[in-house]
Amino acid sequence: MSMGFLRLFSSRNSSTAAVARERLQILLAHERGLVGQPDLLVRLREEILAVVSRHVTLDPDKVVVRMEKGKHVSTLEVDIELPNEPLRAAS
Amino acid sequence: MAKVLVVTSGKGGVGKTTSTAAIGAALAQSGQKVVVVDFDVGLRNLDLVMGAERRVVFDLINVVQGVAKLSQALIRDKRLENLWLLPASQTRDKDALTDEGVGRVIDELRQSFDWVICDSPAGIERGATLAMRYADEAVIVTNPEVSSVRDSDRIIGMLDSKTVKAEKGERVTKHILITRFDAARAARGEMLAIEDVLEILATPLLGIIPESQDVLRASNVGCPVVLNGPSTSAARAYMDATKRLLGETVTMKVPAERKGLMKLLLRRRAA
Repeated sequence: MSMGFLRLFSSRNSSTAAVARERLQILLAHERGLVGQPDLLVRLREEILAVVSRHVTLDPDKVVVRMEKGKHVSTLEVDIELPNEPLRAAS
Repeated sequence: MAKVLVVTSGKGGVGKTTSTAAIGAALAQSGQKVVVVDFDVGLRNLDLVMGAERRVVFDLINVVQGVAKLSQALIRDKRLENLWLLPASQTRDKDALTDEGVGRVIDELRQSFDWVICDSPAGIERGATLAMRYADEAVIVTNPEVSSVRDSDRIIGMLDSKTVKAEKGERVTKHILITRFDAARAARGEMLAIEDVLEILATPLLGIIPESQDVLRASNVGCPVVLNGPSTSAARAYMDATKRLLGETVTMKVPAERKGLMKLLLRRRAA
């Protein structure tokens, strides 16, 4: 199906529909971050914490897991602050 | 291979039940063996739209709880011999549905039907989550209007995370069905454009159903619109959408504004 064909039927100039489109895009970008996958980040954080703390002593409060939603790709940012002390041997 | 299809939306009043009846009947007409299942416990309506309200004896909850056998609860359509209805309960509350019980009923339906179409209730609570739980495919019924699009977005998020398929790392195949499309209002820029809805929801389009008196007339008499007025634009749009569900390539028609001669003359005079 050609989008150009559908585009013929739209009029986006100064219409209330254009306002609706803008409002929705902003709102949904926000809501997707909030409710998209509510437990995914929590689960990721817990598991990363578990894996890393098997090898290194760390402060759980210094582990930040953040998801950045982009248009085409999203990025997962994991920020772990490691204390400057000798690594604990894996036991 | 049986397919489980959920017809869902989040928002109420967008046309889930009408669409379930129409797609179910169109699939049955094309030779598929179809059961439409009403998940709207306490507020059932699919029986009414299908014209079977006086034939309901047992319902989905009776079957889930083991009070009745599936064969006792299924109602065969009087017009199409391979179309069946499994009604919802009008008296119980939605908590009577259990995940495990619904799973068992869906499994049993898969054995004897080509298509199991689950008509979801509005909202995002138990009835809605159970209606989508075992789905292979989903039709998300959306009106070109802000609150409907927002709710569809929420439902898409749930289809991608709360279904059995999603939990197995697979994907529910999703389709947007735009209903109550008013060509005149869209042309005036009062209604969200179809391409905007698709872009925002990032989901492929199954069909565009025009806002139509024929849909209301069909539900008045308890007959799916594809049977009641097969030549109407709404019926043809549902038939095309159904062909696409079956994998056929059908050119997408955008319902055009039907301007009567009188209306044209009046408009010219007004302008």
